[in-house]
Amino acid sequence: MMMYAFGLTANTVLNTFWAENSWIAEKLLTATWETMYMVLISTALSYLLGLPLGVILVTTEAGHVLENKWVNYILGVIVNATRSIPFIIFLILVIPFTRLVVGTPIGTVASMVPLTLAAIPFVARMVETSLKEIHWGLIEAAVSMGANAWQVISKVLIPEAMPSIILGVAITTINLVGYSAMAGIVGGGGLGTLAYYYGYQRYEDLIMWATVIVLILFVQCIQIAGDGMAARIINKRR
Amino acid sequence: MIEIKNLAKIYHTAHQDIVALDDVSLSINRGEIFGIIGLSGAGKSTLIRCINMLEKPTQGSIIVDGQDITALKQKELRAARQKIGIIFQQFNLLSSRTVFDNIMFPLEIAQVPAKAARDRVNQLLEMVGLVDKAKVYPDQLSGGQKQRVGIARALANDPKILLSDEATSALDPQTTRSILKLLKDINQQLNLTILLITHDMNVIKQICDRVAVINNSRIEEVGDVLSIFSNPGTPTSQSFIKAIINKDDPEEYKHDLLKEHGSKFSKLIRVSFIGASAGDPIISAMIKRFDVDANILHGNIDRVKDVPFGHLTLELIGSREGVHQSMQFLQNNGLDIEVL
Repeated sequence: MMMYAFGLTANTVLNTFWAENSWIAEKLLTATWETMYMVLISTALSYLLGLPLGVILVTTEAGHVLENKWVNYILGVIVNATRSIPFIIFLILVIPFTRLVVGTPIGTVASMVPLTLAAIPFVARMVETSLKEIHWGLIEAAVSMGANAWQVISKVLIPEAMPSIILGVAITTINLVGYSAMAGIVGGGGLGTLAYYYGYQRYEDLIMWATVIVLILFVQCIQIAGDGMAARIINKRR
Repeated sequence: MIEIKNLAKIYHTAHQDIVALDDVSLSINRGEIFGIIGLSGAGKSTLIRCINMLEKPTQGSIIVDGQDITALKQKELRAARQKIGIIFQQFNLLSSRTVFDNIMFPLEIAQVPAKAARDRVNQLLEMVGLVDKAKVYPDQLSGGQKQRVGIARALANDPKILLSDEATSALDPQTTRSILKLLKDINQQLNLTILLITHDMNVIKQICDRVAVINNSRIEEVGDVLSIFSNPGTPTSQSFIKAIINKDDPEEYKHDLLKEHGSKFSKLIRVSFIGASAGDPIISAMIKRFDVDANILHGNIDRVKDVPFGHLTLELIGSREGVHQSMQFLQNNGLDIEVL
């Protein structure tokens, strides 16, 4: 009897809580979807440009297959310059460009412009680091067999560095989750906007904490997926 | 097959010029196994890397099968490199590819049609005895197996010459022997010219026809392996040969010898022999003829390509006359004598 009464009360409390807060779940779901979509597309686009840029940074170095002092120097300066600008400032700096491309600086699609642009030089450096881990003898072996620059890149550099490149993708994606929250504050949508409007401006603690938990889960999933994929390749080769 | 003329390589650094090769000229014949031996830093590595232009020579020319490698444009050089196979000390196999695909790699570079390439890889796998490892990744192979893959890969495009950059230096003696045997077999089957560099006289001894000794960026000596072994002309070659022929140290027994035989005359000598005389019973003939005793203190017989050579350290005991006549007798029979 007592147990039944307790169960009933608990049930009522839960029902009331759900009735009062179910809108949060809806908001959270939409915002999570927005963040996911924003981050994943930005990551993909940043690799589309950052991967070749990283390859060029490595291969134009002295003694490498596309040795070119000036290209290497100029690209290095551009990458460093872009990476020196804090993202929150970068966001504002590129607004005119965002407006030009998307038509508006507000919303999830618009956020992908600064996210992608900021990630490109980061990706280039990540790829550069991965490619430099490759034992020089492998590159020399390919060259001594008569491989051209493209063959060295596509048959040696990228496949050999693949596990490391994949881990780099996970790191980049996780970084972009953080950046996307900053974009959210200036109207970029996603979890950042949600946390800022409700959590910061309206003191809705529940939303703030829910957002944090979703972000933690999201980042965990990306890292586990990245580690898993890299490990699968490494194990296959062992 | 390979004509190296007045080759020089100078590295310019901020503080000084470092001469890695100084006026090197060599001529390597078709179908021979030519060894270059030198200590680390002698310039042998630079020399072999010049032959496929991994290092650009400062001066001189390298003619491989009638074509001056140093004068080629990028595209021609890439085509020429496909015909110069090379194997490395560290194997340099791609960890991202199976054994089969590693051997396929140079064929992909040369854009050989897929079907022909696969047939060629299967043929090579058989040649190096790794048919059962085709689908395995290099990380799962032993050092010797890795080098076999390296050899198969180097032969994929039917090279005119095979370069070997310290290919057995990372392997144990037994594996080294089997890899050297494989190289020798390939040399004989395909009449393939092999140029190898090493710091190990054993490698030279086992498979080379001719050898060049490089020291301080210069070629000090070139010759038949047998003649360099029997008569090393420079301190460098002498020290290399000493390292593998385990000669004794006469000081170990020199001071107790003379007193033991009191009145009798004795002399400690080292007899070196080479070729046919090693098979003849010269020592026993000497003992009978001059009535001397020969106390054998140390001995060593080795073979350089089927020709025996070696040395014996003997204490000759007898009359003064007999001992001297014995030594003369040995010399007359073509043996080299050194009084210790």
